[in-house]
Amino acid sequence: MLKDITFGQYFPGNSFLHKLDPRVKILSVILLIVWIFMANHILSYALLLVTCFAMIFMAKLPFKTVFRSIKGIILILLITALINLFMTKGQGSPLLDYGPFTIYEEGIWRAVKMFLRITILLVMTSVVLTYTTSPIALTDGIERLLSPLAVMHVPVHDFAMMMSIALRFIPTLIEETDKIMSAQKARGADFTSGGIVKRVKALLPVLIPLFISAFRRAEELATAMECRCYRGGTGRTRMKILKLHISDGVFLGALILLGVGVILVNAYAGAIVGF
Amino acid sequence: MSNIPFIQIENLNFSYEDESRKLAVLKNLSLTIEKGSFVAILGHNGSGKSTLAKLLNLMLLPDSGRILIDGVDITDENLDEDSLYEIRRRIGMVFQNPDNQLVATVVEEDIAFGPENLGVEPKEIRRRVDAAMEMLGISEYADHSPAKLSGGQKQRVAIAGVIAMMPECIVFDEATAMLDPKGRSEVMDAITMLNREKGITVIHITHNMEEAVLADRVVVIHDGQIVKDGTPRQVFSNVEELVSRELDVPQVTKLFHLLRQRGISVAKDVLTEEEAVKALLDLHPKK
Repeated sequence: MLKDITFGQYFPGNSFLHKLDPRVKILSVILLIVWIFMANHILSYALLLVTCFAMIFMAKLPFKTVFRSIKGIILILLITALINLFMTKGQGSPLLDYGPFTIYEEGIWRAVKMFLRITILLVMTSVVLTYTTSPIALTDGIERLLSPLAVMHVPVHDFAMMMSIALRFIPTLIEETDKIMSAQKARGADFTSGGIVKRVKALLPVLIPLFISAFRRAEELATAMECRCYRGGTGRTRMKILKLHISDGVFLGALILLGVGVILVNAYAGAIVGF
Repeated sequence: MSNIPFIQIENLNFSYEDESRKLAVLKNLSLTIEKGSFVAILGHNGSGKSTLAKLLNLMLLPDSGRILIDGVDITDENLDEDSLYEIRRRIGMVFQNPDNQLVATVVEEDIAFGPENLGVEPKEIRRRVDAAMEMLGISEYADHSPAKLSGGQKQRVAIAGVIAMMPECIVFDEATAMLDPKGRSEVMDAITMLNREKGITVIHITHNMEEAVLADRVVVIHDGQIVKDGTPRQVFSNVEELVSRELDVPQVTKLFHLLRQRGISVAKDVLTEEEAVKALLDLHPKK
């Protein structure tokens, strides 16, 4: 039951996006967020939307799974769009005026832009990062991007190690929760009926043994790590060294061009298209 | 197996202390283990056998007594940190719960963990990881998550992780206790292979008598002291004494002991099923 939960939403694959360096991907997402918030002309949104589809295509991900990720926040999207639609005051006469509900032309544009902005943001970050980067690669990328901070005595390696151990133990602890719940059910525990207070109370006999065993595991793991000569990040080497390839440069270059494109469209499209 | 001593334990004392009392775990224990030997250590819970394992790679420090590894006194107070880690590299440990000793989310990354800590060159780590996976027959799971492997497979990953550090001795601290029979035999095959083919000294701490039979030497620890020490045949021939130490004997040995009690004259030192079959056939020679 609980085992079906997949952590993160990584889809293993072999596409261009899968093979990119995780550091490049993290930087790309930051760039993309900046571009998305810079875009203000409807044509720049069109440009970003096309890029978005191109990325899904490049990652060889089925469109269905990508759009499933939007489904979760569709309500937030709609509310945001509706608020923008009704709350924006335009200069011309309202298109619709019915009591508190007034719609101006500007409101429609703003709602559409807001909707697109959030959708593109979500789809792009999940396609570039969560869907195509394994959690371990992601941790690795963060560790190496932040490694300059180690000079300022920020324990970057330790944080990365904690993160990867947490990722490693998620399936183990889920399995254990499942076992404990079954054991408590066999003793007559009821997790599915009653109000919220009753249900939370019912979870207590699951959480306590889970915590105790997690501490025991942590102690055993620490012993095992010490036996394997772990002494923090000092003097440690890595089997896999992240190397930048030409494709990483091409990808970053393309993103910078996209940014230039967004700026140009923002500035000049109005003059060409006329709105 | 050679006659060169690898581990020499001399008059070792160890006790756990809490506020009110002192609990002596090891009492004046002395033991010498030869290079390349396969020693099984038997003892019931609380006999001090796991404590002994933790003393060997300095996870614990003894109250008194000495431990010499390859002639070097590791209990010397002036031992520097690098020598400490060198001891831990030379004496690998595999523990009971396979889940609680794997660090990484990918099998090959986990095997690389040890050599990475030692600061080995990336290319050399790759070579060692591949060799260790090949040796333990887990190459096909290289990029799997350990969570999806069986207990026996996980334990072989843990062994590969130790092998990648190129140890001379591996201590298995009840490494088969949590496994199903299939996993158990996978791990025992791996252990015997490492000892017989790769010449690695093996110390196997176990409850399982059938596994102890595979060793060259069986040491029985009771209440912090060595009470029996010899070949499996010598140790298991005295069924009554082992039972009095709350220990079992291999099933066939027990069967033959019961047969002897019924007045049937069979040998005392039968250990394996093959030997048992042969001995029973000899009882009734074909006419």
